Amino acid sequence: MEITINGSTTALPQDPRVSLLDFLREGLHLFGTKKGCDQGACGACTVLVDGERILSCLALAVQFEGRDVVTIEGLSAAGTAGGEGLHPLQQAFIGCDGFQCGYCTPGQICSAVGMVAEAKRGSPSHVTADLAAAVTLTRNEIQERMSGNLCRCGAHNGIIDAIQQVLSAEVLS
Amino acid sequence: MTPFRFARAADTADALRLAAGPASAYLGGGTNLVDLMRETVATPGSLVDVTGLSNTVSPTESGGLLIGAALRNTALAEHPAVRARYPVLSRAILAGASAQIRNMATVGGNLLQRTRCAYFYDAEGARCNKRAPGSGCDALEGFSRYHAILGASPACVATQPSDMCVALAALGAIVHVQGAGGARTLPFTELHRLPGDTPEIDTVLAPGDLITAIELPPLPFATNSAYRKVRDRASYAFALVSVAAALEVEDGRVRDVRIAFGGVAHKPWRALTAEAALRGGPADGPAFHAAAAAELADAQPLRDNGFKIELVKRTLVAVLGDLGGAVA
Ligand SMILES: Cc1cc2nc3c(=O)[nH]c(=O)nc-3n(C[C@H](O)[C@H](O)[C@H](O)COP(=O)(O)OP(=O)(O)OC[C@H]3O[C@@H](n4cnc5c(N)ncnc54)[C@H](O)[C@@H]3O)c2cc1C
Ligand code: FES
Ligand code: FES
Repeated sequence: MEITINGSTTALPQDPRVSLLDFLREGLHLFGTKKGCDQGACGACTVLVDGERILSCLALAVQFEGRDVVTIEGLSAAGTAGGEGLHPLQQAFIGCDGFQCGYCTPGQICSAVGMVAEAKRGSPSHVTADLAAAVTLTRNEIQERMSGNLCRCGAHNGIIDAIQQVLSAEVLS
Repeated sequence: MTPFRFARAADTADALRLAAGPASAYLGGGTNLVDLMRETVATPGSLVDVTGLSNTVSPTESGGLLIGAALRNTALAEHPAVRARYPVLSRAILAGASAQIRNMATVGGNLLQRTRCAYFYDAEGARCNKRAPGSGCDALEGFSRYHAILGASPACVATQPSDMCVALAALGAIVHVQGAGGARTLPFTELHRLPGDTPEIDTVLAPGDLITAIELPPLPFATNSAYRKVRDRASYAFALVSVAAALEVEDGRVRDVRIAFGGVAHKPWRALTAEAALRGGPADGPAFHAAAAAELADAQPLRDNGFKIELVKRTLVAVLGDLGGAVA
C-alpha cells in the first residue's frame, strides 16, 4: 500500500485510523500542512490530490492509496528551477500582504492552485450567473471559490490580491 | 477513533460481500463518516471504501440521467447535461459546503450523511436520542436556531443538512439500491424518514444496503429551475432554510411545478401541498403566498427558530417570482 507525496513514493501507515493530515505531519514530518480545526471547517489542511484540492483532515490516509499528493512543500519545489525558491503564489502572497501569522497560508495557496484549475476547465461556482457561460475569475468569483479557507488574521483582501496578481501574469498553468 | 478494518471494494458484489458482517459501513469521501468516527459518534468495526464503484453519468431509456453513486459532488455539479437540463441540481450542490469538500464528497455519501445537529455531535456533553436512543433531547429546550419546524417529534428536532438532496426531492429522483435481496429502486422522497419515536434511524435502508446510483427522470421544464439558500453567512454555511423549485408557466397560469424545502425537517421536504395549490392556478404573487401559507400551516416553531416559518414562505415566493411568475 503506497502513496506518492511530492513526487516520492512512500508506504502508507499500517493503522487505517491515521488521517492524511496526521500522516503528512507526524509520519512524514511535512509540517507545512496545518491542522486548524480537524473537522473540515477551516481549510488550513488543504492539499492537492491528483491536482484536486481536498481537506486532508477529513480523510484517512489509506483512502489515497496509489494517488499523487502535493503539499505546500511540493509546490515551492516545483515552482523553481533549483527547488529551493518560492512558488509564484508564495511570492505574490508576500508582495500583497496575503498573510499575517501565516497559519492558514499553505492551505490558502494549495487551495488557490486547485481553484484556478477548476475555473480553467469551466467548473461553475455558486456566484456564476450563467451556468452555460465560460468562467471569468472576477474578485467575486475568487471570494466564493476561496470561501473554504478561513483566515483568522483577516488577510482575505491581500489573499485575493495575490491570486489576481498571479492570474493576470498568467504564471499559473 | 475506535479501531476498524479497512477494505476497498472492486465492484458492487465485492462491496456487499465485504460489508456483510455486523458493524460495517460503506465509506465515500469520508467527509461525514470520518468526522463522526473521530468524535466517537460513529464506531464502525469495518469500513468498505466504495469510491471505486460506478461514477458515470449516462442517459436512460426514458430520457433521464443515471448517476453512479461514487461520482464526486463537484463532477455532478459541473456535468454539462446537469447544468443544461437540471440547473437546480447544479445550483444546490454549488451552494453546499466548500470546494474542497465537494471534491471529496460522493453522491452516495451526500445522500446518506447523517441527519444531525450540534447536540448529536456532543457525545460528552449533551443528551441526544439520535446518538443514544432513549437518553433525551437537549435541543428541544436548547439552542434551536437550526432545527426543524415541520414533521419533528418530541424525540428529535434535527434537520437533514444536504443541499443536493433538496434538489433531488424536487426533481422526483429515484434511488437505485443493491441489498441482500438483490437490486431495487425507491422514490428519493421515500429514502429519508421523519424521526417519530426512532430518530436513530435516518432512512428506510437496511444495514448493508448499498446505493449504486441515483436516477433523474426526464422533466423538460426543469430547465427553468432554481435553488435559493438562506444562511448566516454568504458562503460555506449550512442552510437556515432553502428552496428548490422548477416552474412551467403557460398563459399566466401554472402548468406544472416542483418544490422542495431544506433546513426545515428531518428529511428533504417535498412541498406537495403547495404544488397542488399552485397547479392550474394563476402564476402570480397572491397565489404563491397562498401556496406557501398552505404548506406551512402545520409548522411548529421551537424557542429560536420561529423566524424560519416566514423566511421559507418568503423564499418560496421569491424563487417562484424569479422563475417567471409575476409577483404582485
Ligand atoms: C464543514 C462542513 C460543512 C458542510 N456544509 C455543507 C453544506 O453547506 N451543505 C451540504 O449539503 N453539505 C454540507 N456538508 C456535508 C457534506 O456535503 C457531506 O459530508 C458529504 O456530502 C458526504 O459525502 P461523503 O462521500 O464524504 O460521505 P461519507 O462521509 O463517506 O459517508 C456518509 C454516509 O454515507 C454512507 N455511504 C456512503 N456511500 C454510500 C453508498 N454508496 N451506499 C450506502 N451508503 C453509503 C456512509 O456509510 C456514511 O454513513 C458539510 C460538511 C462539512 C464537514
Ligand atoms: S484542519 Fe482540515 S479543515 Fe480545518
Ligand atoms: S494569516 Fe493568520 S490565519 Fe491567515
